[in-house]
Amino acid sequence: MSTAVITPTPTARPRRLESLLRARELGIALAIIVVFGLTTLNNHAFAHASSIQQLLTGAALIALLGVGETMVIVTRNVDLSVGSVVGLSAYIVGDLFKHHHQMPVVAGFAVAIGLGAAIGAINGLVTTVARVPSLVVTLAMLYIVRGIDGVIVNGTTIDPGSIPQAFITFGYRSLLGIPWLAIIVAVVVAAAGYAMRSFRWGRDLYAIGSNPDAAALAGIPSGRRVFTAFLVSGALAGLAGALFLAIHAQVDVTGGIGYELSVIAAVVVGGVAIFGGSGTVLGAALGALLLNTINQALVATKISSFWNEAIAGALLLAAIAFDRWLSLRVARNLRSAEGAHRDL
Amino acid sequence: MNQHLTDERDADERDPAPVLVLEHATKRFGEVRALEDGSITLYPGEAHALLGENGAGKSTLVKILAGVHGADSGQLLIDGEPVAFNGPTASRAAGISVIYQEPTLFPDLTVAENIFMGRQPLRAGRRIDRASMNRRANELFARLGVQLDPDRIARGLSVADQQIAEIAKALSFNARVLVMDEPTAALTTVEVERLFEVIRALRTQGAAVLFISHRLEEAFASCQRVTVMRDGRFTRSALIEDVTVDDIIRSMVGRDLDAMFPKTATVPGEVVLDVAHLCREGVFDDISFEVRRGEIVALAGLVGAGRSEVARAIFGIDKRTSGRVRIRGLELPNGRPLAAMKAGVALVPEDRRQQGLVMDLSIDQNVALASLGRLRRFGLIRRSKERELAMTWAARLQLKFARMRNAVSTLSGGNQQKVVLGKWLARSPSLLIIDEPTRGIDVGTKAEVHRLLDGLVAEGLAVLMISSELPEVLGMADRVLVLREGRITAEFTRAEADENSIMRAATGQNPAAAA
Repeated sequence: MSTAVITPTPTARPRRLESLLRARELGIALAIIVVFGLTTLNNHAFAHASSIQQLLTGAALIALLGVGETMVIVTRNVDLSVGSVVGLSAYIVGDLFKHHHQMPVVAGFAVAIGLGAAIGAINGLVTTVARVPSLVVTLAMLYIVRGIDGVIVNGTTIDPGSIPQAFITFGYRSLLGIPWLAIIVAVVVAAAGYAMRSFRWGRDLYAIGSNPDAAALAGIPSGRRVFTAFLVSGALAGLAGALFLAIHAQVDVTGGIGYELSVIAAVVVGGVAIFGGSGTVLGAALGALLLNTINQALVATKISSFWNEAIAGALLLAAIAFDRWLSLRVARNLRSAEGAHRDL
Repeated sequence: MNQHLTDERDADERDPAPVLVLEHATKRFGEVRALEDGSITLYPGEAHALLGENGAGKSTLVKILAGVHGADSGQLLIDGEPVAFNGPTASRAAGISVIYQEPTLFPDLTVAENIFMGRQPLRAGRRIDRASMNRRANELFARLGVQLDPDRIARGLSVADQQIAEIAKALSFNARVLVMDEPTAALTTVEVERLFEVIRALRTQGAAVLFISHRLEEAFASCQRVTVMRDGRFTRSALIEDVTVDDIIRSMVGRDLDAMFPKTATVPGEVVLDVAHLCREGVFDDISFEVRRGEIVALAGLVGAGRSEVARAIFGIDKRTSGRVRIRGLELPNGRPLAAMKAGVALVPEDRRQQGLVMDLSIDQNVALASLGRLRRFGLIRRSKERELAMTWAARLQLKFARMRNAVSTLSGGNQQKVVLGKWLARSPSLLIIDEPTRGIDVGTKAEVHRLLDGLVAEGLAVLMISSELPEVLGMADRVLVLREGRITAEFTRAEADENSIMRAATGQNPAAAA
């Protein structure tokens, strides 16, 4: 019935868009440098080694949680339970040290990671087997874990005296001027980033978030992959709990409260699409560093730190607006290209 | 083995052993019997057309072959051995590769990754070898004779390029059975031709191709055998040289198609729509015409000629730069769709899923959507009135639905179009502007929509129809206006209009070159 008369020439392919997307990490890195530079002009102490160490240490936990959160969000899910897992894991490890003073440091980390992984496994199972939206599952888990934490803590505090020195020094020791914490997180970020780019299961995570139906058609074991993402997120939250204890040398029932939202903010500012499919752990880590740099910059320039949250919010909106603008542009290109391809 | 086939199996002795046989497959989804007797036999080195109306069960049959659905009963044989697929991977492992109707791409991943998802070439340490993956993607594109950057992300690809990526993916499996569910819908003629070359090449290598298309001429041009389905059942299978297009259409719809374009003779009444020197800068210029009571005026032309844009400007969605629009002598204000609606204009848009319907709302709510003002009491919408209105129109339009409360997305394309029609007709308009009235609708429902339009016009409605299907334009319109590059280049009466003259006016080319 339809006979083509004119064959349109193929439209120019929008390559620039892609490079824009890829430059997201670069943009955040630039923003960090700009904030750092401006603050240093105002307060020269900001560029001191100890201040920079503080920047890295302060961002480390959120960046570490950001790795797991990125894995989960990329699959079009979300893990809201990480903050309470940090709190519970920190307290339990501290409590173990308090009662078993001779326990090796490694055992403390192992318990923390195991505890987090167990909670992550429950999140993953309920999400994939019972097919409950992860937003609900992990929100429930956030409350459950926080509740259990409250019961166990029962108003007490783990104080520095009950934790072995070897464990605490982990929080502030540094190697060649770089805090151990930052090194650990950098290794995790590098490993996770490389894996998500270079292994099939890593690409599967992106595929699941990008188009779940197509992922099923491609024979990707979506359930297993999503479960794994929650498992990793939980395990990293457990590890972050142990590191939390090492940094602060004390913990009470408030440990890790609100971390889940800081993590999601960092991840989204770092260019991870909230509806899955794209983003990198490097971006998420840089997002955490940017938010912490702004936070510290406000302190250094003696601007009220209440501005901190407002700025974080504004950055979040800017990140989302940028993504939206990108996708609208793509949609427009698509429409014009489609029109050119149709026949009479 | 297949009793259905026996009557047309006289050419049996020259057939090699079939590579795939599906016998009496059935599939139900809840109460809906999607497939009652899915049977097909594919031979190596042969392209096989599967034809049938929308809803005939073709897609369900494809999904059974793809391992997406398991058949409730029936048997699938590969090389004579019965097999059962527990998922798409099993089907693929058996050498079946499927190109689905809707592209199944990952928008955030690169084209090459889309092709090799889950099977990416690896290097040491089980790491993905991107260089080799991109190289292999380029080899596939070379085989298809197309250029596509394997390293760009799929988001933003044109529909045709998406389809090409899908075809490349299917080719990459080196499948023995290649199933294509309407692969040509979004392709240009040149691309379709290239696709047929690829199909020919695959056939000579011994692959079996199952080709599903609405375009009968394509099936006849590129396939050796044809199977027809109707209402979820196998109807007939034959060698293509043994049948004619008319035979096939009759088997598809189970009735004669003389009634495809019903036309009641009417005498046009007074002018309803009067457009004078309508212009929208850079889109169309100096458009003047009238539509009278009881006539259908068709706007023909190539895509991009400005037909839909003229309609949008009349309705007021887009502002006009100059000119005027009158409805029954009353001038419409510029850029005010509500005023146009009040004046009695209804617009059934081209893209009903995006612009015509709220897909998640129920059928009755969709029908009532444009008439809510009449259904209110104290500012609240009365559900009972809503339903009453919907029932009236469902009956008049012969809507086929399970329950009024179901989401409109559960309906077939043709019935969705009826809902859009009902929504606007419920306002008793004096002018109906309808853009591509039967795009993506199966043959049977198409005829129903045509009959409906004809009936409405006989009752005195004025219709401005935009259509890219020449048979529809010729069969339905009382007058044909041809647009080319934003200007009216010709006007034909029903008697004058023919395919050639419209094409010539639409393209401004020599008609011989246009064919």
